[in-house]
Amino acid sequence: MSTESTPGENPQTGREPQQGRLFRWFERRTGLNKLLHEALDEPIPGGARYAYIFGSGLLFIFISQVITGIFLALYYVPSADHAHVTVAYITKVVAAGSFLRSLHVYGASAMVIIVLLHLSQTFLYGSYKGRRELLWVSGTLLFTLVMGMAFTGYLLPWDQKAYFATAVGTSVASEAPFVGGLLERLMRGGNQIGTLTLSRFFAMHVFYIPALIFLFVAIHIYLFRKAGAAGPISESPVRPKQHTESFYPRQLVMDLGFALLLIVALGFAAYFAPAALGPLADPADTHFLPRPEWYYRPLFEWLKVGHGQAEFLRIVVIPGIIVALFVGLPFLDRRLERRPWRRPAAVGVFSVIFIALVTLGAYSYYQDSHDKDVAMQLEQQHRMEVQFMNQPFMPQLANGAEPPPDQTAEAAAPASPVGAEGEKIFQSHGCYACHGQGGAGTSFAPKLRGIGSKFSTAQLETLFEHPLPQMNAGGMPHFKFTPDQVEALRTYLDSLH
Amino acid sequence: METNSNQEYTEPARPSFDSAGDKRILEGRRSFFLWLIAVGTAAMGALLAVPLVRYVLYPVFAKTTSVSWSNLGHGSQYASVTTPVRQIVKIEQVDGWREAVSRKPIYVTKGKRKGSLDGVEVLSAVCPHLGCEVPWNAEEGKFMCPCHGSQFAPDGSLLQGPALRGLDTLPVKSDKGDLMARYEYFQALLPYKKEVG
Repeated sequence: MSTESTPGENPQTGREPQQGRLFRWFERRTGLNKLLHEALDEPIPGGARYAYIFGSGLLFIFISQVITGIFLALYYVPSADHAHVTVAYITKVVAAGSFLRSLHVYGASAMVIIVLLHLSQTFLYGSYKGRRELLWVSGTLLFTLVMGMAFTGYLLPWDQKAYFATAVGTSVASEAPFVGGLLERLMRGGNQIGTLTLSRFFAMHVFYIPALIFLFVAIHIYLFRKAGAAGPISESPVRPKQHTESFYPRQLVMDLGFALLLIVALGFAAYFAPAALGPLADPADTHFLPRPEWYYRPLFEWLKVGHGQAEFLRIVVIPGIIVALFVGLPFLDRRLERRPWRRPAAVGVFSVIFIALVTLGAYSYYQDSHDKDVAMQLEQQHRMEVQFMNQPFMPQLANGAEPPPDQTAEAAAPASPVGAEGEKIFQSHGCYACHGQGGAGTSFAPKLRGIGSKFSTAQLETLFEHPLPQMNAGGMPHFKFTPDQVEALRTYLDSLH
Repeated sequence: METNSNQEYTEPARPSFDSAGDKRILEGRRSFFLWLIAVGTAAMGALLAVPLVRYVLYPVFAKTTSVSWSNLGHGSQYASVTTPVRQIVKIEQVDGWREAVSRKPIYVTKGKRKGSLDGVEVLSAVCPHLGCEVPWNAEEGKFMCPCHGSQFAPDGSLLQGPALRGLDTLPVKSDKGDLMARYEYFQALLPYKKEVG
């Protein structure tokens, strides 16, 4: 431990109290203090500010999404047959299930809001300037990944709106020139949206994209620490001159305060207005009007407005320019000037794009509420959702359960007297015990219905006399039947086919 | 903290770790605040963990099977039974978000064995030997297991092995004159009746 002291710092260096030994013992083995020092004593030029809380807020919401997501996976099954019933089970039956799912659903929206705030703050403060190009580019990639999470997660409940929103979302891909159709089939796992689409979206949502997010968050934070905090707009982005304040304690408290505010707000929303689940997806429903979540509304409206006109310009050129401006921003706006009013071109373009997106989104909602038919249909869809939420949970009938009663009843009526004789033998010898009522088959023994089309009476007789090894292994008893009885059994079983 | 504006920028100056005092985050005056934050965050986390714990533990304490009483009709219709009457009861087994509905054969018969009600017994048709379904053989006047030949009297008591006990009686009760039975599973290959889970 050095005794050298820095001027202007609290000179407590002579103090080497009792806890000093324990501290040194612990520190030599863990390096925790050094680690905390590295993590928390990040210098912030110009001091702590509320403007800087969005990055850590985003990280906090992401961790919350990971935790709630992992817990949702405890009950969720990603298949077209089970997705909806398992989400309904989580929502309606499992303790705190609706709350956790709502946290996850609303957390997605919160994440999009905060990512927009974070990038707006970075943009307006010119914090991407001064050797921070890769930091910005990794941020744009993370933004894309967050939007990808929102898109893939939306399908997973497999309710009406999930299904139809994804149908629209994936068909957007087909409008891309040359590779559009291929891209759409790649996303859907075929021509139609089905269980393969769900598997793909699930895998993307829980494995591929989160892995990429973890990777790029690490890169993003590393690049941030390498470049250093940019500080206020009056600060030089390359050679900070202002007085610095370390991240701990004031900035940490502000960040934690924001995290607390977020979780309380999400908790309130999740508790008092839990996220709804609609009825099971019905691909045959031709009335359903798909509407994406609010954050995809501008894009949705953009694709709808002027459909069929200037396709190439609308689908490729303009979005391409916006993406290029977005990703290439630090390469295009290279001056070190950070004050927004001295950067009219950059701020102007940003504002135009931002206002255009807000206008498109607002226009989409405006249209929906002013077209009478659309408004009625959307209202009807909302009613169906409320109705479904109010219904008690209906468990899914398990596969392999015994056939429904009508099938058994039908099976119990043999057509001919010979068949009736066969049924009597089938019942009295307890064949149904293993082969099921009406020879429907069980997990112990195969189906016998329609066996007459596979074997002749003579062959069946031979089978009774010389059972196959698997018949013996399965515990099939030995029976002595006359040819007439075998014929009767065969007639009976055939009549069921 | 001084920043030298004359020299070429390398990275923002940061407090040096080796100078003691305030730089020790885990010790001294600065640590108190960190502990406060840590305790506050931990308390918050614990609060948030409550729904998570409830969510995880839900199936541990939830009722998984809903075996209920089956109504077999008015008791009077069984008052004069001479031979066992075959009935099918429907049982619903809830398995998380799935539900398996199975239909189980039972016999209502005359008998005074343990578990009978007013001289009427309800028998499970499952052979206590290895679980085959035992049919009533009207010609022989006894239950005859098709699998290994165990035989049971009309009241279900054991006549001939390899089964080690008679057919199992099911719990019965009378509800406003209706005969009610509750379907249960019993352990095979035991000389006495033992319920399965």
